[in-house]
Amino acid sequence: MNEKKIIELRDIAVSFDGEPVLKNLNLSISDGEFVTLLGPSGCGKTTTLRIIAGFITPDSGDVFFDGKRVNDLPAYKRTVNTIFQRYALFPHLNVYENVAFGMRVQKKSNQEIEETVTKMLELVNLKGFEKRSVAKLSGGQQQRVAIARALANNPRVLLLDEPLAALDLKLRKDMQTELKNIQKSLGISFIYVTHDQEEALSMSDTVVVMDNGVIQQIGTPQDIYNEPQNAFVADFIGESNILDGVMLEDYLVEFFGRKFSCLDAGFEKNEPVDVVIRPEDIDIVEPVKGHLTGLVTNVTFKGVHYDTIVDFKGFKWLIQTTDYYPEGSTIGIVLNPEDIHIMKKSAYSGMFGDYSSYSEEFDELGDAVAAAEAEEEAEE
Amino acid sequence: MKSRTAATPFALWMGIFTVVPMAIVVWFAFTDETGAFTMANIAQIWQYAGTYVDSIWMGALATVICLVLAYPVALSISRKSENMQRTMVMIVMLPMWMNFLLRTYAWMSLLENNGLINQFLRWLGVIGADASLEMINTDGAIVLGMVYNFLPFMILPLYSVMAKLDNRVIEAAQDLGSNNWQVFRRVILPLSAPGIVSGVTMVFVPAVSTFVISKLLGGSKYMMIGDVIETMFVGDGCNYNVGAALSLVLMVLMLLCMSMMRKVDNGEDELGGMMA
Repeated sequence: MNEKKIIELRDIAVSFDGEPVLKNLNLSISDGEFVTLLGPSGCGKTTTLRIIAGFITPDSGDVFFDGKRVNDLPAYKRTVNTIFQRYALFPHLNVYENVAFGMRVQKKSNQEIEETVTKMLELVNLKGFEKRSVAKLSGGQQQRVAIARALANNPRVLLLDEPLAALDLKLRKDMQTELKNIQKSLGISFIYVTHDQEEALSMSDTVVVMDNGVIQQIGTPQDIYNEPQNAFVADFIGESNILDGVMLEDYLVEFFGRKFSCLDAGFEKNEPVDVVIRPEDIDIVEPVKGHLTGLVTNVTFKGVHYDTIVDFKGFKWLIQTTDYYPEGSTIGIVLNPEDIHIMKKSAYSGMFGDYSSYSEEFDELGDAVAAAEAEEEAEE
Repeated sequence: MKSRTAATPFALWMGIFTVVPMAIVVWFAFTDETGAFTMANIAQIWQYAGTYVDSIWMGALATVICLVLAYPVALSISRKSENMQRTMVMIVMLPMWMNFLLRTYAWMSLLENNGLINQFLRWLGVIGADASLEMINTDGAIVLGMVYNFLPFMILPLYSVMAKLDNRVIEAAQDLGSNNWQVFRRVILPLSAPGIVSGVTMVFVPAVSTFVISKLLGGSKYMMIGDVIETMFVGDGCNYNVGAALSLVLMVLMLLCMSMMRKVDNGEDELGGMMA
């Protein structure tokens, strides 16, 4: 990856039927960078990708490619290629001809086409599938054909629109690794759209968190996770307990009527803030030794850890611990300065980070909704 | 067992409406009035060879014109919003709800020597006051009648295949560098081939065997094979055996035409893939 900007979006705004989808979006992507656009469905991430691909012309704002304005350049003239949701392979062509499609359009020689197709099918582990009909391939294999087809065009930037959404979990994990390896070995930029935060964190150089057509935060996966800029990001990326606090002075915050030292500075004196505490950062101790004491109200076994819901003065926290504390027991917790993250108040304050409504079904319910939404988006 | 029970209605249907009638046609074609086996009916067919060729030629011409007219219409309907699509399909189908004979008579009164078109041309002064453009009773009029009557049968199957065309596949083609023409040539056309095949079948078959259109718009000058067959079953000189033989040969010829077309269609697919 180098610092050369390959794509720049400046002040992009788009609305569909009067509904704003993107508002003043600014984003730049470096050559060779793996960028993920992450957000819930309807946040504008797919629209952003389609603007770069050339399928949507923004209402206002400019798209630059290598410093040149390309707003009016049609999709077929852009040196980007897309991997579509559900692959969009050509049903009337076999695997070989699907991969060869872009080169046939460019009227490359048969010999060159054959060399490239062979190389690409090797890259995606589909050697020997040349003559197969694409309809007879599994989802994972179709996905590989789509990757080979896009890469055969030798794009500067590859756009991926939720490419793994239709695959099962195990295959998805394998493909994540494979895609990351392909990206590294080719050294081209990938712009990857997903609503799966884990996928975003594990694959990307840079994560762009979006909601409601607005970029909420841009940063490395570590930045996004450790220093979320607002309650939306804190809640969307992983689990977070988000509390109201007051920043008394630099490195000192007060919540639950107690002062805690922290690592954040640069706020006004006595500024109200959102305090984020990650469930896995909390240390459980004997009640007498704790900064706070609370009552365990719910325990769920999750495999590696227990999701333990603890009531502190009526506010319920999620604590992830490998030790088992039964329902009804009283525990104490210790918060170290590095466990406490301070965020400025935002429009999202108070909307997330309270586990009062936590139940065992919660996760499954959340996933089912996400899956249904992904389905919907795919239909459009 | 289950599948056998499920197939019973189809077997019954096929027996009553396909196998038995076909058997009767074959029986008549190979027997004489006394019911004895004969090849005489089939042997007679040679004298109608010219009529067969004319009929197939005019049917084919009408089919090609229908295809050329229908394809862009179907494509543009299929790219509209769903509500718009419904309305447009409705408009295409609307004339079909008007009686077939009435529509053809309407063309007669338009094309006649003293018909509306000739009157209009005289009024414009394009032709003299006594002159008339000869339109009725020409093979052009017959082809026009076929195209007009059978056009919806071409548009509908084309449209229904095109409506199912996945827009993302078209976007994928653009994404891979195809301009509008290349998208059409490499994706839309090959993917709409099934619609072309069924549209052509639905127009060509009734067009070749029509007798009403040729009778009303072609007058007595042009006999299509449908008209010949009609004379074998209606009126004084009727002869069911020759009529059956004529129908049988027509059916075989049409099957040949259709299978030839399918071959060309498949061949084009392969060619489309191989061509740079």
